[in-house]
Amino acid sequence: MFDVQKVRAQFPILSQTVNGKPLVYFDNGATAQKPQVVIDAISKYYSEINANIHRGVHTLSQLATDAYEVSRNTIQAHLNAKYNHEIVFTSGTTQGINLVASGFAAFVKEGDEVMVSALEHHSNIVPWQFLCEKTGAKLVVIPMNEKGELIISEFDKLLSDKTKIVAVNHISNALGTVNPVKYIVAKAHEVGAAVLIDGAQATPHLRPDVQDLDCDFYVFSGHKVCGPTGTGILYGKESWLNQLPPYMGGGEMIKEVTFEKTTYADLPHKFEAGTPNIAGGIVLGTAINYMNGIGFDNIARYEQELLDYGTKRLLEIEGLKIYGTSEHKASVISFNIEGIHPYDIGTIIDKLGVAVRTGHHCAQPIMNYFNIPGTIRASFAFYNTKEEIDIFVEAVKKAQMMLS
Amino acid sequence: MSIKEIQDEIVDEFSMFDDWMQRYEYIIELGKSLPLIDEQYKTEDNIIKGCQSKVWVHAEEKDGKVVFTADSDAILTKGIIAILVRAFSNQSPKAILDANTDFIDEIGLKEHLSPTRANGLVSMIKGIKMYALAFQAKG
Repeated sequence: MFDVQKVRAQFPILSQTVNGKPLVYFDNGATAQKPQVVIDAISKYYSEINANIHRGVHTLSQLATDAYEVSRNTIQAHLNAKYNHEIVFTSGTTQGINLVASGFAAFVKEGDEVMVSALEHHSNIVPWQFLCEKTGAKLVVIPMNEKGELIISEFDKLLSDKTKIVAVNHISNALGTVNPVKYIVAKAHEVGAAVLIDGAQATPHLRPDVQDLDCDFYVFSGHKVCGPTGTGILYGKESWLNQLPPYMGGGEMIKEVTFEKTTYADLPHKFEAGTPNIAGGIVLGTAINYMNGIGFDNIARYEQELLDYGTKRLLEIEGLKIYGTSEHKASVISFNIEGIHPYDIGTIIDKLGVAVRTGHHCAQPIMNYFNIPGTIRASFAFYNTKEEIDIFVEAVKKAQMMLS
Repeated sequence: MSIKEIQDEIVDEFSMFDDWMQRYEYIIELGKSLPLIDEQYKTEDNIIKGCQSKVWVHAEEKDGKVVFTADSDAILTKGIIAILVRAFSNQSPKAILDANTDFIDEIGLKEHLSPTRANGLVSMIKGIKMYALAFQAKG
């Protein structure tokens, strides 16, 4: 049985007051809060087993290495990856995308095409622009409609044998749209293009099955799934990771080094140069276990309730417009109130204890599409409640009164 | 009045308020008194970078004094820039460059603004000082 009060009790930060009001944290799309077990695991690592991994023969180093590799296996199982060496630890989604985009310079040439969508976060646009600048390839964009959905018929038309890689998000950070990634992967594979899925906003809400999706790369961030900041995962199919050149040189990623030639370590170490965020990597596994303990079915069902309730309550407000109205949508509500700048609303409701994101959400092309400076984005997590939504709606109403 | 005197006056006005709501309502009021920038100067060049909302600032020299006009698409930002314009407009470039901005803290603005917003405030002050510097160099 999913009991939200029991869940909330596991998150110490949620019992805080902000500006003298109980905290209502609706900025989960930016980062998730951490349960006590995650906080404890970080402390336990540094108190008990801190040592460098994959190097020392001493006991602590073995313990730390084991814990790190156990975490890798946890994540492999979570994503249903075929092999644990297909799981590469990164510092986050951004690094994962940059690693792949940088390596793809080896496979892309002038006249080729790299495809992204109109719904992307800047971190799934800019690295591909770098790739295009470097190689002379062309960046092609899958357009979206008024509801914030990708226009799939246009995607079909844009695909060609020039397309070398398609990079799309699983769920849009700014609007919450769930994209038909399985279809995109299948169609892209028909023309021989690889597909990278940016799962930063999806992994807090669902459990991706990379074999079922058949995607070539899947990236996400640890901090959005209740894990530590500065952690992330790049899943890559073994065949792709073998072909892809290393991203950073250094220790750990080598087999043999002479001044004439260096041979690289096997997967996944080829992509893990230098001492990694060991504590972070280990505790990411703790966080994933925690999320699975709650259960993604429970999370999805409960968040859908919050989304429906939040949408209904917000639409009571006069002049309020929601951006992103796809039927397939995560628990994210992006909105504006007629005649009021999102920044003003965000500032006032912060004073009332409500944390939301305002601005362009690092997705300026989406804001340009709607011709708005930004939105107010409330993103709900499984530890939020309907009572918090009530407080939030009252805060927005109060802000509207003050500002109009 | 000198910049310092105007700043003291503003601090005095804000000291009357007991809570943030009154303070913010007053900022919104002040926003309405802002000497608005002429439409022709609402250019990309005149946008102060580093603010979540758009802020345009224009400066002209009149009899050795720098006169500021400004606008923003957000009301609270407009109020904040109005406070700055009131403090710094119609002063000599040197007086503007020499002035400190401690009064922002004293009116309880900076401590209540998040870093992203505070950066906007810092950028606005920097923008105003840059104009003064440019006029001083010219003069």
